[in-house]
Amino acid sequence: MSIRVSGKTQLVDTDILIIGGGFAGCGAAYEAKYWGRKLKVTVVEKANIERSGAVAHGLSAINLYVGMRWNENNPEDFVRYARSDLVGLVREDLLYDIARHVDSTVHLFEEWGLPMIYDEKTGHYKREGRWQIMIHGESYKPIVAEAARRSADEVYNRVMVTHLLTDPANRNRIAGAVGFSVRDGRFYVFRAKAVIVAAGGASHIYRPRSIGEGAGRTWYPPWNNGSAYALVIQTGATMTQLENKLVVTRFKDGYGPVGFYFLALKAVATNVYGEEYEKTKFEDLRKLVGKWADAKPLPTCFRNHIMLQEIKEGRGPIYIHTERVTSTPEAEEAAWEDFLDMTIGQVSMWAANNIDPKEKPSELMTSEPYVMGSHAVGAGAWVSGPADVAPKEYFWGYNRMTTVEGLFGAGDTVGGSPHKFSSGSFTEGRLAGKAAVKYVLDHPDYTPALDQKRVEELRDIVFRPLDNYHVGKNMVVKGSVAPNYIFPNQGLNRLEKLMDEYAGGVSTFYVTNEFLLNRALELLGYLKQDLGSVAAENLHHLQRAWELSHRVTVAEAVVRHTLFRRETRWPGYYYRADYPKIDDDNWFVFTLSRYDPASGDWQMETKPVIRIVE
Amino acid sequence: MCDGCGKCVDICPSDIMHIDPEMRRAYNIEPEMCWECYSCVKYCPMHAIDVRSYADFNPLGHTVGVLREPDKGAISWKVRFRDGKTKYFVFPVRTTAEGTIPPAHSLPEPEPASLESQLLSHEPDKLFVGSLPELKRGVKR
Repeated sequence: MSIRVSGKTQLVDTDILIIGGGFAGCGAAYEAKYWGRKLKVTVVEKANIERSGAVAHGLSAINLYVGMRWNENNPEDFVRYARSDLVGLVREDLLYDIARHVDSTVHLFEEWGLPMIYDEKTGHYKREGRWQIMIHGESYKPIVAEAARRSADEVYNRVMVTHLLTDPANRNRIAGAVGFSVRDGRFYVFRAKAVIVAAGGASHIYRPRSIGEGAGRTWYPPWNNGSAYALVIQTGATMTQLENKLVVTRFKDGYGPVGFYFLALKAVATNVYGEEYEKTKFEDLRKLVGKWADAKPLPTCFRNHIMLQEIKEGRGPIYIHTERVTSTPEAEEAAWEDFLDMTIGQVSMWAANNIDPKEKPSELMTSEPYVMGSHAVGAGAWVSGPADVAPKEYFWGYNRMTTVEGLFGAGDTVGGSPHKFSSGSFTEGRLAGKAAVKYVLDHPDYTPALDQKRVEELRDIVFRPLDNYHVGKNMVVKGSVAPNYIFPNQGLNRLEKLMDEYAGGVSTFYVTNEFLLNRALELLGYLKQDLGSVAAENLHHLQRAWELSHRVTVAEAVVRHTLFRRETRWPGYYYRADYPKIDDDNWFVFTLSRYDPASGDWQMETKPVIRIVE
Repeated sequence: MCDGCGKCVDICPSDIMHIDPEMRRAYNIEPEMCWECYSCVKYCPMHAIDVRSYADFNPLGHTVGVLREPDKGAISWKVRFRDGKTKYFVFPVRTTAEGTIPPAHSLPEPEPASLESQLLSHEPDKLFVGSLPELKRGVKR
């Protein structure tokens, strides 16, 4: 008999299952309950939804507010902005859909108790930039979580979902999910008529710049382990733009936000000689990217690129001149709140290093790459758009439904819809929540069947790392070095190192090529095999083991997509040294992948980018 | 002083605050997976948690202290630099009492037909522009 923490299995029957209680999941729970009064809505979250996901810490700004009521922007403007920032490759139907609804989301947040900041002159929300508004957002997540918690029928905290289930009669039809309690080791089987994956993107796919004890200081949270993608990939859903990794320029080491200083205070960045390198290097950028250099504002990746060139040419460190613009007490206080609300580690970094931003400039640096779909990148699942504005090629019945029937996505899960941030992710959750209700009500006679054989098989697989430890530990006296197993953190180190060195991480200045990527695939193949030998000493370790497994699945998709796109679409995010230019003739397309769970094969294809907004 | 209540264990997004079985007090079991989000510090009823920030890039000798008081709708900070300079800040966190957000199902039930429309809950009212905007296509299909 195998060694288990608990022999118990808990079956949860629900109409709609929402995986992940971050902003997208909370939006989905709220909206699903609004429309589905007679349906059961269940949220499952591996942490505690009060403080989970990328906004656990808090935020100092809402980065997407259109401001239609004050004629500040219209939804089409947002589509144009996100499109140019992504160098053309966006799903305009999805972006437009978020933009036309996002204002109602923000107005709800204010009603629920989020302290907004008003501009005394205009009477409007105070703008940080064209799309960003400033908030007192330390409790942004608890407020939004409260709305979801009070709306959902059940919320399971500290249950990590490891796999989705499909219907044995139709393998392309969702039937539920399985996972385990990180607290009592119970095996959870959720049976659901519709599933919304609203989990997070991934940090720690690539080796972080921070080391040792500081390795948790990634810009994107260490607990976001790519379940948004891994769960969906393994179910056989089609994915898109996984090569579109995010690298952000932030305050060096602390990774505090730069938006307030750059956008609101108009701070400048210079090289160590005081030159504004974005101006001196602009013609070089034009030679590389051609007409795309004229995009206004300059795309995020291009700004990274220019800075990286400056550093490589020996004119670093790069400074952001906070000391030139922090001129009033109000600006100083707003700047400190900016950091204390959302990146306390940046404040520690300043305090520890005696840097008062009002007196001294700070260094800037680019982060390691992250895989996500809600910031300035659009990795994720290939989903149906909304019925009224989606081109027919992008529409198959239900908004935000993946290519697996009954399986929906929101937030980081959805590909091709970048720049949604917190408010847009919640809005996308609302869209998916409503669509999932419609899906369930449109199929009143359907009851998902559970594949008992598969459930039992998964139960064995999920807890196997505990067995690996209890058996393998007898080979060693003590410590972490054992001949027959590796611990999750050891597997994570291997993943981060290989992705960093072969798939365009910081140690190669984000450069890779076909040969390096093929070597990455070979090494990932060994790592995938070794995942069967990961050992977990306890339930916390078991969580880490499954986080690692999800990260490895995401990493493989990233490498396959990066290999497939034979151009360098986003210099500053990554470089294909063998195809160093933007190739609009051949690659102005979406990259799509599908992993076949039965055979283990991956299929790649392209789909056209269809514009709906001039 | 920590009394082992487990509030930090319950709130930590990274599952790294655990109770030591011998001391019966909480500690960080995995600092390299800590984001320094301070959720444990903010939610500790005993104010017993001190943070010494990341060792790989931060010199010693500074502190960031916090007191979060949702019932007062405020959070207070004390930032002490390595050289002794100290800054104090107080910011609002919430304008409504905890537990007062109306659940979605407390709203009037929508008409079944509106499930077919593009409107979400609270729309068009909460858009404050009368109706959902029409797409100005500009691109012929």
